[in-house]
Amino acid sequence: MSKPEVLVIDDEPQIRKLLEITLQSNGYSVKPAITAKEGLIMAGNHPPDVILLDLGLPDESGHVVLQKLRQWYTYPIIILSVQKDEENIIKALDSGANDYLSKPFRTGELLARIRSALRDTVSDEGETSFESNGLEINLSTRAVKKNNELVKLTSTEYNLLALLVRNEGKVLTHQYLLRAIWGPGYINQSQYLRVFIAQIRKKIEDDPNRPQFLLTESGVGYRFISKV
Amino acid sequence: MKLFALNKLPREKQYLYSLVTIVLVSGVCFGLSAALGYRVVALILLLTVSLLAITFDILPVLISAALSAFIWDVFFIPPRFTLHVDTAEDTILLIMYFIIAMINGVLTYKIRQAEKVSTLKEEKANSVKLYNTILNSLSHELRTPLAAIIGAADNLQLNKNLSTQDIQQLISEISKASLRLNQQVENLLNISRLESGHIKPKNDWCDIVELVFEVVKRVEENNANQKINISINQNMPLCSIDKGMLDQVIYNLLNNAVLHTEPQTMITVSASCHGHLLEMVIEDEGKGFADVDGKDVFQKFSRNGNLKASGSGLGLSIVKGFTEALGGSVELKKGTTQGALFTILIPVKTSYLKIVDHE
Repeated sequence: MSKPEVLVIDDEPQIRKLLEITLQSNGYSVKPAITAKEGLIMAGNHPPDVILLDLGLPDESGHVVLQKLRQWYTYPIIILSVQKDEENIIKALDSGANDYLSKPFRTGELLARIRSALRDTVSDEGETSFESNGLEINLSTRAVKKNNELVKLTSTEYNLLALLVRNEGKVLTHQYLLRAIWGPGYINQSQYLRVFIAQIRKKIEDDPNRPQFLLTESGVGYRFISKV
Repeated sequence: MKLFALNKLPREKQYLYSLVTIVLVSGVCFGLSAALGYRVVALILLLTVSLLAITFDILPVLISAALSAFIWDVFFIPPRFTLHVDTAEDTILLIMYFIIAMINGVLTYKIRQAEKVSTLKEEKANSVKLYNTILNSLSHELRTPLAAIIGAADNLQLNKNLSTQDIQQLISEISKASLRLNQQVENLLNISRLESGHIKPKNDWCDIVELVFEVVKRVEENNANQKINISINQNMPLCSIDKGMLDQVIYNLLNNAVLHTEPQTMITVSASCHGHLLEMVIEDEGKGFADVDGKDVFQKFSRNGNLKASGSGLGLSIVKGFTEALGGSVELKKGTTQGALFTILIPVKTSYLKIVDHE
């Protein structure tokens, strides 16, 4: 298999250099773009496997670039930005970003997010089961097992968990989850989400207070990850 | 203080109020003139002018002084209802009255001016002092980690005699210094948010148990030698609060506790809800603060003098600022073992929503 190609759109030379070294030494091929214009042209000429996009570009806002890319580009886009306020993150995720990392970020975290975003695209054609660290989830039989014992989930709990598992590795925003599980009338009823997440954690996590699978993205949403 | 506020009134109102006061006082004296001698009336009027001089601008005061002299002459000095004064003694009294009233007005006004100037000077001196403290503290807090990073990087680039262990050490110094720098920048951004007054809590339902465990995890990740105890009721209700701000408050307090105590010191964080009051307590068994009673510790750039560990002195002022922005209060006491004990009280809406599944 050839190396996955990463397009980096960032105007800061130091960050580009750092990403180039980090990614190349971890088996990716890297193409750098300095401006929004250049990034859009490069993505159009030769679509990469994943795009790392900075929000603060000199010629155009990264939010606009993201929207333009999402009109045709279906592979993962990960945002790297110095903006770390929830509004910016939610806006980017709602316009189709797969993930969001705020600068400064840890290298391990970046690599994990890229791996997880790439896995999404590979496993798109209906992977229906998941198994890790004693947790088994089979989406076609609707069975959830913890240490080989069947976990009893209510239907709302199951639907919520299944949605997160299907989008493994990706942050799903509070509003998205509330709309998908409870309906549009509930998008401000975040207390439902908190209670159900706590409830699911009690059933699937070894220590519900130190979750391994069902992680909180503070102020933004939740993410299901499988520990590799 | 209230009296001083009156001289900010528009000029017209000052004239009106001072003239009305003189007329009213004279009216009362006139009604009592059977009982009061006209000389006593002069003293009463003089007193009134003095009081006006404390409160109002110079021109209204001078005009009221002149008016009171006129009223005294016409309505009180015999023969009444004429400008004419009978005796030489009364003429001297009237002239003296007029002069004293004027001098009184001018002097009182001058004293007030001088006071204003000295308060201004004092404020200026204070702000220069604060500015210097800021500069010193910032340059120290930002330059120390920068020096470590630059020095370590230079060594790695130029020094050919480094052992593998040295190299590892230098790399870990770079990593530590940059984390510290990151924390300082975070603090500075938070302080400027507080200073600009643009900080408005965005309340949402928050699982306090989850929040506490998250913050503790973050603090422990950066400080592997310290262990933090969590004492919390798992059945706490959800609280409606700005999670990001509360997170920062708890993080700063725990991070302080971790940085300023010896490794393996007992640090405890606890949370509970009493009705609609969220109480969070952070206690350590370290050496505590030198000045527990003083509110100084929450002041910007205040640092505990007897501690060697560094700090910008911003952490606790952010704690106080954020807690107050959330409508709550923070208090520092001596803990059961001399250590520091912070208590945070914040009024919140709570929800005991339990699983009511929609099946």
